[in-house]
Amino acid sequence: MEAVTKLAKPVAGSQSRFLKTETIVKWSLILTGAAFLVVMMILPLILIGVEALGKGWNAYLAALNEPFARKALWLTAEATVLSVVSNTIFGLAAAWLLTKFDFRGKTLLGSIIDLPFAVSPVVAGLFFIMLFGRLSPFYDTLQAYHIAVVFAVPGIVLATIFVTLPFIARSIIPVMEGQGRDEEEAAALMGASGWRIFWQITLPNIKWGLMYGIILCTARAMGEFGAVSVVSGHIRGKTNTLPLHIEILYNEYNFTAAFAVSSILVGLAVLVLILRNFVEWRMERKDDHEV
Amino acid sequence: MGRTGQVIPGGHLTMGIVFFYLSLLVLLPLSAFVLYASDMSGQDFIRQVTDYRMVHGYLLSFGCALAAAIINAVFGLLLAWVLVRYDFPGKRLMDGLIDLPFALPTAVAGIALTTLYVETGWLGRFFYQLGIPTAFSAVGITIALVFVGIPFVARSVQPVLKDLDGSLEEAAALLGAGKFLTFRKVILPELITPLVSGFALAFSRGIGEYGSVVFIAGNVPFETEIAPLLIMTKLEQFDYQAAAAVAIVMLAMSLLVLLVLNGYQRYRLQRQGA
Repeated sequence: MEAVTKLAKPVAGSQSRFLKTETIVKWSLILTGAAFLVVMMILPLILIGVEALGKGWNAYLAALNEPFARKALWLTAEATVLSVVSNTIFGLAAAWLLTKFDFRGKTLLGSIIDLPFAVSPVVAGLFFIMLFGRLSPFYDTLQAYHIAVVFAVPGIVLATIFVTLPFIARSIIPVMEGQGRDEEEAAALMGASGWRIFWQITLPNIKWGLMYGIILCTARAMGEFGAVSVVSGHIRGKTNTLPLHIEILYNEYNFTAAFAVSSILVGLAVLVLILRNFVEWRMERKDDHEV
Repeated sequence: MGRTGQVIPGGHLTMGIVFFYLSLLVLLPLSAFVLYASDMSGQDFIRQVTDYRMVHGYLLSFGCALAAAIINAVFGLLLAWVLVRYDFPGKRLMDGLIDLPFALPTAVAGIALTTLYVETGWLGRFFYQLGIPTAFSAVGITIALVFVGIPFVARSVQPVLKDLDGSLEEAAALLGAGKFLTFRKVILPELITPLVSGFALAFSRGIGEYGSVVFIAGNVPFETEIAPLLIMTKLEQFDYQAAAAVAIVMLAMSLLVLLVLNGYQRYRLQRQGA
């Protein structure tokens, strides 16, 4: 480094002018980037706030207190919690299987896990219509037992689980892979049970990766629109999630209410971003610690 | 190597969970679709996918997704560069903000963007004065797709740029290369791979995107009816065959993007190895 600076000295005779153009380039790039983000992201957020409160606080609170909005909030919460819980169990099992064992077809298994990412949400919804709708081979059986999947809550939950399926598995797998198998193998040889190994060795090692996946999964589950829209049938007060409720309000030109309900999701999105940044910071700190 | 798998317990249990879960949630719905689609005769399929309204739909989706991915490649590279190379106040905020499209529900983004870009909107009024209709047009669809695609390129390029070896740049500077020449000849070639993969991700997301686009598109058949919306419309008319045909075309498109990306990455790796 010393040598480089020494060598660079004579070349830098015109340093001040060189620095000046560099400063100009630097700030014009920063300002272009900032302007892009302001137009594409900050303005929409400000607009949501302005529109939501456009008719005053009372109208805002009334829109949130409306029974259909509350029902939609509950259904979104239900679908989100069920997706996160079931995808966490699956993600842990998949990560354990893929990182602790060698077997044939591992790559294929990985591709199947990633499949929901490659499929458009609307097409994903279509899959479930084909499986449980009136074209389904099980349709008569389902009808006979009065089990409604499509155009009902189970369909919404299944579609949400499908689109969020890879998030948690994909967040844990690299962390577990980085940890290797040594600690678990040692514990197993000393006679620890599988559960004990998992709770006392694996889980503490992967907890931030798991948190990261749960945050991503939550964000996607609460906002899922395309897949849920296909399977929901848009029945107000029954199969409406928050995003679908927003769509109905907007299409009825009830803009204040649409943006008021949106503001809840904006608040949750900002919370997600803050948590995500915090978890990322913790993961980096852990890496530094180990090095 | 074979023995290590036997030391750690839980193989059968996790294998059982994973296979049961994936079969029930991924393979079963997928095969229900494939089963139905394969029932369609070749003639029916060709008639469906070559229908003018359909062709218009996926060409529109394809074109807007491509335009948005190109815009995102430019701004994603710029944002990644600014965040890695410079220090300035508000940098952390900028870094966090890039992920907003991942966290914000698409329907919320959709109605906010539409309200901004309609003729009386905060931004729309300027565009309409210039004679550019931003809402209910291909321009509007592209704007919405730019929004959802921003994180992909920036987040693929950022880590690679961060890990770039500074000595090559120093060498180029000492040899008398200007900043721009150094960027073009030394830095850019290193960034091509993440740039391409970010581009492909943004592009394939754009083809399938629904929530943020439906509102700003306006959904006029033969004009602003995107492919995912065609599926919705056909389903509402209980025309399952047409919906399945569009879905097959869309699946083929995203598969193609993935294959091309995979092939390209393999080619780059081979060239680097050689």
